[in-house]
Amino acid sequence: MTDRVRAGLRTSCERGRWVPERALVRQWRELDDGAAPAHYSAGRDPPAREPDLRPLCILAFVVVFGVLAVPVAPAQEGAANARGKELYDKWCAECHGETGAGDGAAATHMLPRPRDFTRAVFQIRTTASGELATDDDLRRIIDEGMPGTAMPGWRGRLNAADRDAVIAYLKTFSTFFEGATPQPITLGRAPRGTAEGIAEGRAVFEKLECFKCHGELGRGDGQSAPTLTDDWDQPIHAADLSESWNFNGGSTVQQIYTRLRTGLDGTPMPSFSDAIDANVITDEQLWRVARYVRSLSPEEPPRPRDVIRAAVVARLPAGPEDSAWAMVEPAYVPLVGQIVVKPRWFGPAVTAVWVQALHDGQTLALRLTWHDRSSSPDPAWDEWLGRMRDAMSDGDAPVAAEQGPDRLHVQFPVRWSDDVERPYFLGGSARRPVSLWRWSSDGDMLQEGTSTGLGRFTPAAAGNATHSARYDRGEWALQVSRPLVPADSAAAIPFMPGRAIPIAFFAADGSNGEDDVRGAVSAWYAVYLDVPAPPRVYVAPVVAVLVSAGLGLLVVREAQKQAGRLNRREG
Amino acid sequence: MKHVMLSATILTVGLLGSAAGPMAQGGSVTGTVKFSGTPPANPKVDMSDEAACKGKYPTDPVITVTGGNLQNVLVYVKSGLPAGPKVTAPTTPVVVDQEGCLYHPRTLAVMAGQPLEIRNSDPVLHNIKVVAKKNRGFNISQPAKGMKTTRTFTAQEIAIPVACNVHGWMHANLNVFAHPFFAVTGADGSFTLKGLPAGTYEVEAWHEKLGTQTMSVAVPATGSAAATFTFKAGS
Ligand code: HEC
Ligand code: HEC
Repeated sequence: MTDRVRAGLRTSCERGRWVPERALVRQWRELDDGAAPAHYSAGRDPPAREPDLRPLCILAFVVVFGVLAVPVAPAQEGAANARGKELYDKWCAECHGETGAGDGAAATHMLPRPRDFTRAVFQIRTTASGELATDDDLRRIIDEGMPGTAMPGWRGRLNAADRDAVIAYLKTFSTFFEGATPQPITLGRAPRGTAEGIAEGRAVFEKLECFKCHGELGRGDGQSAPTLTDDWDQPIHAADLSESWNFNGGSTVQQIYTRLRTGLDGTPMPSFSDAIDANVITDEQLWRVARYVRSLSPEEPPRPRDVIRAAVVARLPAGPEDSAWAMVEPAYVPLVGQIVVKPRWFGPAVTAVWVQALHDGQTLALRLTWHDRSSSPDPAWDEWLGRMRDAMSDGDAPVAAEQGPDRLHVQFPVRWSDDVERPYFLGGSARRPVSLWRWSSDGDMLQEGTSTGLGRFTPAAAGNATHSARYDRGEWALQVSRPLVPADSAAAIPFMPGRAIPIAFFAADGSNGEDDVRGAVSAWYAVYLDVPAPPRVYVAPVVAVLVSAGLGLLVVREAQKQAGRLNRREG
Repeated sequence: MKHVMLSATILTVGLLGSAAGPMAQGGSVTGTVKFSGTPPANPKVDMSDEAACKGKYPTDPVITVTGGNLQNVLVYVKSGLPAGPKVTAPTTPVVVDQEGCLYHPRTLAVMAGQPLEIRNSDPVLHNIKVVAKKNRGFNISQPAKGMKTTRTFTAQEIAIPVACNVHGWMHANLNVFAHPFFAVTGADGSFTLKGLPAGTYEVEAWHEKLGTQTMSVAVPATGSAAATFTFKAGS
């Protein structure tokens, strides 16, 4: 298995998307106790590219099926498109199925499912709704892949001739392509953008009622979002418009505009071309909608950094909505489905956690925000849960029939020094437990304790942390504050300024069928508490804190002892 | 579907003269689709989130029976047609309206090439998603009241789902024919298939929920054969 995993890793690595791979390498290093693939261990800085979660999905089926290690059958010489078939069978069939019906061996472990080519329905086109994709459309999607899904890009693995041979073969799965020459629609050019343009784009977004599916702030939490299915009756999320790096067809204004004109066939996302023809809106207005949509995401796709910095402030924010947080740059922590421990989870709803941190020399405050389409449990999502149960229960234990709460777990090693290995990233192990903060939307509870593996949690007798959470239109914001020095430092890690402490996250969306094992996980990151400056002024108070905390403990213990003696004497 | 009981009566009424139709000459099949017994309750729809449609239709009228007559049944010649010259599709469109966040009518039938006109009488966004296998489906939107869109289809295909994803309860079905011998029952449950050459045909009645019934009908050279289909609720 190890070799296959490596082969899979290498494949995904070569595609130049580094973020989750790095996470994976870390994960597998720990799983495997082996070394990471060579070009990682060389310590080279990975290229900064758009992050996405596909490699994990690839890895998923590598793990499950060893797909990428399948040997190539020798090509039939002389056959019409033997090369196309050979390549298709080698690279595509495990997902898309030998007959192109989207039913390859790995298909039930991904959502959205691999496309069924027999109906010749394509999402990413330059043709009108209902039309076939052009060869150029297919070339583009096969080269680039589909961000936010398991469909990998093949540029660099398939040369132009091979890619075209695969396309020719893929088109034979449907009779619709016979003698057809699909024509792209005429796309005008983007009008010049202005600030008012974006405001108008927003007004048109509202007029066209995009929010019915995508939600008021575009987070995919619209009123009809829980009812959506694709043409194959699989549950499908309305896209989170604030994560343009996950758009299937690319994130430029031009690409978004094209999707609005053509729709994404096979999904609930319709074409809006008819609204222009009927003079309900102008072409220019639709460009403005595209520009507004683009403005919902950061200009550059976010890149995770290994270290989350906690600056020193005089006064910590009072809660997740305190305006003081606006000054702190959030760190992006991508999450991927937990596919290692059974029951595995191939349909995670939460894609990332954004982390902000501050401390005041005595307490560390973390603000965590993440997009979640519902505050679970939410009866509007019962139907969705049923569909997820049907779609994603294959292989492992069935998905719960009832919606659980939303969850966010923050994990640290129980003890930490730089020369010690980090605990197992999935909730620790019996040998090296982790200290866990488990927040749940059920009663808005935060539990502290230790964990010896996913779902194996022992609550601590008493907690040190305080928290406050709020849900607003598709987003949770949670602030957790904890004294740098915990009351019981045998059970919880002390946070020391000037040290980077490993930190990792787990998120689950109850209405998506997730629980404390099925969910989305991060690799280990680190939180670094700034040393208060200038050192002479601030180190002393920190030391004082430590000393006084220690003294405090002594005082408490002494008091307890005395109380005990008193009690005994009186008893 | 499996529990439908077939109780069909066929009688041939000769020499009634042929009605004008896609083929001016020929025989026809006329009849009624009945429902026997108490129709099951239709599913409730909750439109409370949609101000424009709220309260207009408390249930989804899947099974509509008036005086024992069943509406929205597709009746068509399934087999027995001789190979003959192709009939050109009518240019008059079949109209489907979206009103009160339901489709009117909910069973649609067009000839291949005949226009289907989709109208929106609601002041809200509807998308119209057609998921076809032998035809090209599509997914278009009508974000304003009064919008009209026309589409045509190419191949015979029965029971193509039509749905609005904004309003998950909105469903219709579309049926495309290579010939003109089809009809959809109205409130009186009646239908007429006109202009058939003399012969014996397999005629099918299809209801989205109650399933299908078929019978063999002998059609005279001129005049009309009568056919009555009776559906019953499943046990
Ligand atoms: C890891 C599984 C996987 C592999 C391997 C894979 N695909 Fe896909 N592919 C998918 C998934 C999943 C989708 C659907 C994504 C969606 O619906 O959003 C897809 C969609 C597509 C589409 C549809 C694009 C559109 O616009 O709708 C094409 C074309 C395609 N794949 C071609 C290929 C080809 C060619 C290969 C082999 C060279 C291949 N895929 C290999 C998973 C895979
Ligand atoms: C009926 C529900 C619905 C409506 C209405 C709707 N969308 Fe979508 N939209 C979706 C779904 C579902 C997807 C995700 C498709 C997928 O995952 O393949 C999507 C995807 C998108 C995407 C991502 C495209 C990509 O490349 O992946 C954008 C951008 C978008 N919609 C914008 C809009 C805008 C702007 C409007 C209004 C003009 C709108 N949508 C109206 C359901 C809808």
